Amino acid sequence: MNRAAFSLRLGGALVTLVVGAAVLSLVWTPYRVGAIDVAHRLMAPSPAHWLGSDAFGRDIFTELIAGARVSLQVGLIAVGLGALLGVALGLFAAFAGGWIDDALARLADVTFAFPAILTAILLTSRFGPGIVNAILAVALVNVAIFARLARACAKSVLARDYIAAARLGGRGPLAIAVEHVLPNIAAALIVQATIQFAVAILAEAALSYLGFGAQAPQASWGRMLNEAQRQLYAAPWLAAPPGLAIALSVLGLNLLGDGLRDALDPKLADRR
Amino acid sequence: MVSFALRRLTLLIATALVASLGIFCALEALPGDAAQTMLGATATPEAVAALTHKLGLDQPFIERYAHWIGGAAHGDFGLSSAYESPIGPLLGQAASVSLPLAVLATLIAVAIALPAGAAAAGARGTRRDALIVAASQVGLAAPGFWVAILLVLVFAVRLHWAPAGGFPGWDHPFGALGALILPALALAAFQGAVLTRVIRSALIDAMGEEYFRTARAKGLSKRAALWRHALPNALAPALTILGLQFANLVAGAVVVENVFVLPGLGRLIFLAVSNRDTLVVADATMLLVATVILVSFAADLACAAIDPRWRLAS
Repeated sequence: MNRAAFSLRLGGALVTLVVGAAVLSLVWTPYRVGAIDVAHRLMAPSPAHWLGSDAFGRDIFTELIAGARVSLQVGLIAVGLGALLGVALGLFAAFAGGWIDDALARLADVTFAFPAILTAILLTSRFGPGIVNAILAVALVNVAIFARLARACAKSVLARDYIAAARLGGRGPLAIAVEHVLPNIAAALIVQATIQFAVAILAEAALSYLGFGAQAPQASWGRMLNEAQRQLYAAPWLAAPPGLAIALSVLGLNLLGDGLRDALDPKLADRR
Repeated sequence: MVSFALRRLTLLIATALVASLGIFCALEALPGDAAQTMLGATATPEAVAALTHKLGLDQPFIERYAHWIGGAAHGDFGLSSAYESPIGPLLGQAASVSLPLAVLATLIAVAIALPAGAAAAGARGTRRDALIVAASQVGLAAPGFWVAILLVLVFAVRLHWAPAGGFPGWDHPFGALGALILPALALAAFQGAVLTRVIRSALIDAMGEEYFRTARAKGLSKRAALWRHALPNALAPALTILGLQFANLVAGAVVVENVFVLPGLGRLIFLAVSNRDTLVVADATMLLVATVILVSFAADLACAAIDPRWRLAS
């Protein structure tokens, strides 16, 4: 099996695992999410608590699969929103050309100077902590990333002869964008979306770790790591599950992105 | 070269100005009363009015923005409402922790990535290459603050080799450097992984070029040709990525500083948000964003200096 196929399979398997955990948490969890049980706090892994329990007696396995749901939600909304707005803006810039194109490209440059975490902290300091601000901040960065990618890809497509033919055939810009440009740039957008999904999960975890993202009793891997750090002397095993969950999700998405890129663009596959 | 630098400099100033406007808008012009937020819901209307006046919030928006950015240009960053002291020295103190941390992390990342990237490219397709690529995937996936927590667990809690957090100040240079090593390692894991991948693929590209074949044909060993001829050509992409990744390094540092309770800019911003010290948040954010813009400018210039093709392309 070559490397692209391996990346695709391993990445797909890891992502399926995370999605499966999130779906499972919708129908079944060993304990109620966020249920506090002080009598059984800081338990080591055992048949009763598969991955142990935290300082409030919450079951780690329950929190872990419920956390998958939050991570996927943040990723889906932040990437979906960013891709939708970004691709629309990028296509608009590519079609408009001239100063509109230049102005939008410069605006995207400014956005790149703001790490998502910093934007989220800015929003938090103004509107208070919460998962919505975290999603908005990550989405904002995604708008710039997708706008730049869609613009660059669309420009190379717009220079093709079949676009000139479509124009001569009397098709308007919107019809050309939907019928000819989007299908040709979809592969690049899908690969980027996979990578940005991973970035969104990392950003949400970091923000929730700082206390700016998900708030208790909402389950979140980042928040679990924050609480695990406080118990590093008493219950060091608490630091493993949430970190591993984040790392495996991100690894899965990155591998899936790499595999998709190689599968969709054989020229690149040769170099890896 | 000069015209290239001037063009990029104009762009830099414009970008920084738009960024500063963005920060100012986000914090000041959005709906809601900043003074009310700072004092909390229980504050009397008189107290809110007094603070509004003291902060200059009763002035028009443009005037406040001009005052803020003009003051910052002269080194006057305003007063912190939580510490009741000028913000300039606070920023300076925090930067004296964050800057060495960023430099140390970058040095460690380069020290890992250069040999690892070269080893992988030189042994492309072998088990060694696969191992290095796999390790870089792990480095990309593991969140920096989790790596930081694991480092604390191993080197501070278990082995007692390094402190679990805190910063003794630069009056104790060795203690200060020691306090920065674990945070720098946590940041370097991701940066090093990114850089390893870039150097590897840039080297593989360079090894396909004719000058590389010529170098081999004149009798240089693969290793010598790699280091002497392929590597200099891989430096420009590596520098570009270092410049682009700087924003990520800053983001990582904001979080990792909080893991280790290091009094850097990330910790300053975190505390300022908790204290509702809006002006400190704005100033510190602007300082970080300005640094990101400056570093990408410097990386561009360095690339242009190393590789003349760069100047012509942009």
